Amino acid sequence: MRDGEMTGYHAVAWKEPIVHQLGRRGRRGYRVPMVEEEIKAAIGDVVSRIPEKMRRKEPPRLPELSEPEVVRHYIRLSQQTYGVDSGIHIHGTCSMKYSPKLNESLARSPKIADIHPLQEVETVQGILEIMYEFQKWLCELSGMDEFSLQPRGGAHAVFGNARIIRAYHKLNGELEERNEIITTVLSHPCNGGSPAAAGFKVVTLYPDEETGYPDIEALKSAVSKRTAGLMMTDPYDTGVFDSNIEEYIKIVHEVGGLVAIDQANANCILSRLRIGDVGADLCHFNLHKTFSTPHGSTGPGSAAIGVKKGLSKFLPVPVVEFDGEKYYFDYDRPHSIGKVGGFYGVTPNILKAYAWIITMGAEGLEETSEVAVINNNYLLKKLLEVRGVSLPWGKSHPFRLQEARFSLQKLKEETGIGIADVNHRIVDFGLQDMETSHEPWIIPEPFTPEPPETTPKEDLDRLAEVLHRISEEAYTNPEIVKTAPHNASISKIDRAPSSDPKKWAMTWRAYLKKTKGEEK
Amino acid sequence: MPVNPYMPNSDPEMKKQMLKEIGVKGVEELFADIPERIRFRKRLELPSPKSEYEVRRHIEGILSRNKTCSEVLSFLGAGCWPHHVPSVCDDINSRSEFLTAYAGDVYSDLGRYQALFEFQSMIGDLVAMDVVSFPWYDWQNVCGDATRMAVMVTDRYEILVPRTIGPDRLSVVRAHCEGLADIKLINNDPEDGQLSIEDLESKVSSKTAAVYIENPSYLGFIETRGKEISEIARNHGALFIVGVEPLSLGVLTPPGEYGADIVCGEGQPLGMHMYFGGALLGFLACRDVERYVSAIPHRLISITTTERKGEWGFTYVLPERTMFAAREKARSFTGTATALWAITAAVYLSLLGPQGIRELAEVIMQKSHYAMKRISEIGGVRVPAFNSPHFEEFTVNFDGTGKTVSEVNKALLKHGIIGGKDITKEFPELGKTALYCVTEIHTRADIEKLAGSLQEAVQ
Repeated sequence: MRDGEMTGYHAVAWKEPIVHQLGRRGRRGYRVPMVEEEIKAAIGDVVSRIPEKMRRKEPPRLPELSEPEVVRHYIRLSQQTYGVDSGIHIHGTCSMKYSPKLNESLARSPKIADIHPLQEVETVQGILEIMYEFQKWLCELSGMDEFSLQPRGGAHAVFGNARIIRAYHKLNGELEERNEIITTVLSHPCNGGSPAAAGFKVVTLYPDEETGYPDIEALKSAVSKRTAGLMMTDPYDTGVFDSNIEEYIKIVHEVGGLVAIDQANANCILSRLRIGDVGADLCHFNLHKTFSTPHGSTGPGSAAIGVKKGLSKFLPVPVVEFDGEKYYFDYDRPHSIGKVGGFYGVTPNILKAYAWIITMGAEGLEETSEVAVINNNYLLKKLLEVRGVSLPWGKSHPFRLQEARFSLQKLKEETGIGIADVNHRIVDFGLQDMETSHEPWIIPEPFTPEPPETTPKEDLDRLAEVLHRISEEAYTNPEIVKTAPHNASISKIDRAPSSDPKKWAMTWRAYLKKTKGEEK
Repeated sequence: MPVNPYMPNSDPEMKKQMLKEIGVKGVEELFADIPERIRFRKRLELPSPKSEYEVRRHIEGILSRNKTCSEVLSFLGAGCWPHHVPSVCDDINSRSEFLTAYAGDVYSDLGRYQALFEFQSMIGDLVAMDVVSFPWYDWQNVCGDATRMAVMVTDRYEILVPRTIGPDRLSVVRAHCEGLADIKLINNDPEDGQLSIEDLESKVSSKTAAVYIENPSYLGFIETRGKEISEIARNHGALFIVGVEPLSLGVLTPPGEYGADIVCGEGQPLGMHMYFGGALLGFLACRDVERYVSAIPHRLISITTTERKGEWGFTYVLPERTMFAAREKARSFTGTATALWAITAAVYLSLLGPQGIRELAEVIMQKSHYAMKRISEIGGVRVPAFNSPHFEEFTVNFDGTGKTVSEVNKALLKHGIIGGKDITKEFPELGKTALYCVTEIHTRADIEKLAGSLQEAVQ
C-alpha cells in the first residue's frame, strides 16, 4: 500500500437527536427583558387588543431547552461539520481559502455590528468610507469603472448583470428584439439560470473537443440581432482559460450585444489579467471566493458587480459616493435597475474583504495568484500519476490555472468504482469529499479539487497519496470503497426522501405527520 | 517583504522546488493559456502589504467614525430591527466549523445539515407550514421568489400586493417579475390601514396568480382579516402569500392557520445584529404539495434515516429542480445563501422556546403601545395613523406641529436620539410621517426620554 495510510481518523459520531427531541417541558434558555410595572399598569393586557381570530391560540411547538443544553447540542453539531479550519479543504469552484482571524474579529466589532442602515450618514462615515474605498479597489483590480457591492452572492450578481443588460437594451428601444443571452456550458449554471430568471432566452455553446472551449465559428453562428449579450465564466471551472475571449467580445459587440464575464475564478488571475481591459462591459467578483470571506456553511456570501462607464447609470441604488468631504448614498439614478435586496449588501463581508486586500497589498495579490497556480499544477502533476485518473483536454492544456477538472472514467470502466464511491471513501481518511462538476457532466466521472494559495504542500501530498490508496483499493478490494464511508459521523443514508413526496420531510412537524409516530 | 503568513508555500525556496517538480522553468509557463497581449503587466495601484497590527489600527480608526445604537438611543426599524442578541448566538456562529464550512456532503458536514434542518423545522413551527426551504438572502428576495412560484404554480400572470408593502420589497418583487407578471396595488382603508376588501374584490380575477399581504404590515399595524383575504384568493383560484416578521408570531395566529399557501419573511430579528442592514435572512415556506415544492428555487433539506439505528441522515429534495442542475430551464437562480444566519436563528429559537417567544412578543407590544400612548400626549403629534393593533412599529405624524420629520430628527439627534424613519416621500398620503420602532431593548426611561425630547423638538 502507498503512503495514504489510515491515521486512525474517525469523525465525531454523537448520534445527536433532533433539537425537538431534547429538553423537557418548562425549560427555558433565555430570559426576556422585564416590563416595568408602570408600563403594565398604563397599558394593561395588550394582547387582548388583537382580535380573537388573529390571536395565536397554541404556542409554536418549539423545543424547550436550558442554555447549557442548547450550547451542547450546537457545539456537537459544529463538531460534525468540516470547515476550512478543520482539515484539507479543496472543494473546487469555490476558492476555499483560509479566512484570516483578524478579519473576523474586526467584523464582530459593535462599531459595525450595532449600526442601523437608516442612521443619518454623518453617523456612519466609517463604514461608508470602507465601502467606497473597496469599490475603488475593485475597479483597479478589474479595469472596470464603477462597482456596486449590493449583490448577496454570485448568482445574484449575474441576475443583476442580466437586468442591467436588459435595462440597456430597453433604453435603446431594442429589448423586444434582443431577447437572447448566449452562454457556454462550462460556465457556472447561474449564467444560464439567472438570465432566464431575468426573462431572457438562453443559448448555450458547447466546447470544442480539442480546446475545451467553444469554437469562434460556433459563436459567430449563434449571434444575431436577437443577441442581448454573452454571459460566461472565464477562467472556467476546468481551470482552462478561454483564450478566445477577446475575439468573443468583438463578435458580440459587432452585433450590438453586451458582454458580462463571471469572475468567480478570479483568484488565479489577480494582478495578471483585468477583464475590463480585455473589453468586457460587465463582470462580478465573489467576495467569499477570491477575497477570503468565510463561506459560513453556505452563506452569507457577497458579490460585487463591476461595469464600464456607459453602464454605470443602470447600477442598483444606492451607490456609495464621496463629495470630497463626506461619504453618502446616491439614490438619484433614474435609469437604475432599482433595489436588489434589503439595504446595501453584506456589510460584514465587505469589511472582511477590505481587510484582506489591505493586508495582502498589491504585491500580496500578485503572489496569491502565483501560489494558487503553483499549488494547483503541483497537485495536478501528482494526481495524474494516480491509476484511473485522466485530465480531459490535457494535451491542449497540460497546465491549469486555479483548479483542474479530472475524470475517473477509466477507473470506473476498469473497477466499477466511480466518483460517487471515491467521494464516500475519501471521508474515511479525514478529508472532505471533492467537488464533482456542475451539471451537465460534460466530463464523465468528474472531480475538481482546488488548492488555493493557503493550502500547504503537505496537504497536496496527502490528498494525492489518499487518492493513490483509494485507487489501489478500487483495483484490489472494491468492496471497501463501495460500502464507504466507514469512519464518518453516520452510516449510509437512505436517499428515498429526495424524490418521494410521501417520504420527504423538510420540517420536524412534517416528519411526525408522515411517520405518524411521535419520535422514534 | 517577509513571507506571507497566510500562504504556506510562498517561501521562495518552496516555490522553486514545486516548480521543479511540476517540470517548468518558471511560473510564467503555467499562465501560458492567457495571451500575452491581454496580460496585465503593471503594478496594481493598491496599498502595500501590512501587518496584522497595522491593519487593525487602520480599520479600527475608520470604524470609530461610526456611532453605534448603544452610543445613541435609536428608534429605527423598517426592515432591520434592534433586538437583544443572546450571547449564545454569537458564540455558536463564531464556531469555526460552521463559519468556514461550505458545500460538503452529509458524510463530512452532518452537523451543518442537521442545524439547517432544525432551522427549517422551527420556522415551520412558527408559521405553521410543513415545507420550509433553505434560507435565502432577505425578505425582499424571498418575496420575489414567492411571487414567481405562484406564477409557476397557477400559470397566471398577475400579482396583487397591498399599497402599504415595504418599498424595498416592492422594488425587488417588481424586478423578479419584470417581463413575467404584472404587479397591482390594492388600496388600504384610510382609517384602520387594513387591506380594502372592496378594492381587493374589484381587482382579483381569474388572471390573479397570488394575493400577497404583510403581517404585521410595513407600517406596523396588524392585518386582522387574514382568513377573509385568503378565502377571496381561494375563490378565484389564486394563491395566498403572507410576509411576516417572525417574533410577532409569538402572539399572532400563524399564516398556516389562516389559509396561506406560501409564507415568506425576514429572520434578522432571530439573533442577528443589525450590521448596517448587512445580516438579513430570508425564509420561505409553503404547503406540502408537490407542485409547490417543485416551484421552490432553493435547496430543500429533508430528514431521513441511515443503515444504523438511532442515526439521523439528511438529503436534498428534488435536486434536479434547481438552477444547479436545470440551468436556464429552472427559470430561477439560487446559490450561496445565508446558512450561518439560519444556524444562528435555530439557536435563538431553541433558547426562547414556545413560552419565551410568546413572552417576548408580548413585552414588545407592551412597550411599543406604551410609547404610542406617551407620544400621542404631545400636542400636534398624531400616533399612530391607523386605528388598529400594532406590533413593534407605528407611524408618528407631525403635520400638526408644522415641523418636517427631518427637522424633528435633527433636533432629536442633539439629545442623543435617532428618531424614526422618514416615510414622507414613500407614503405622501400620510403627510409628514415617521416610522418608529420600539422593542424589548427599550426601557421605560428610554421611552420617557424620547417623549420628552420629542415634546421639545416639535415646539
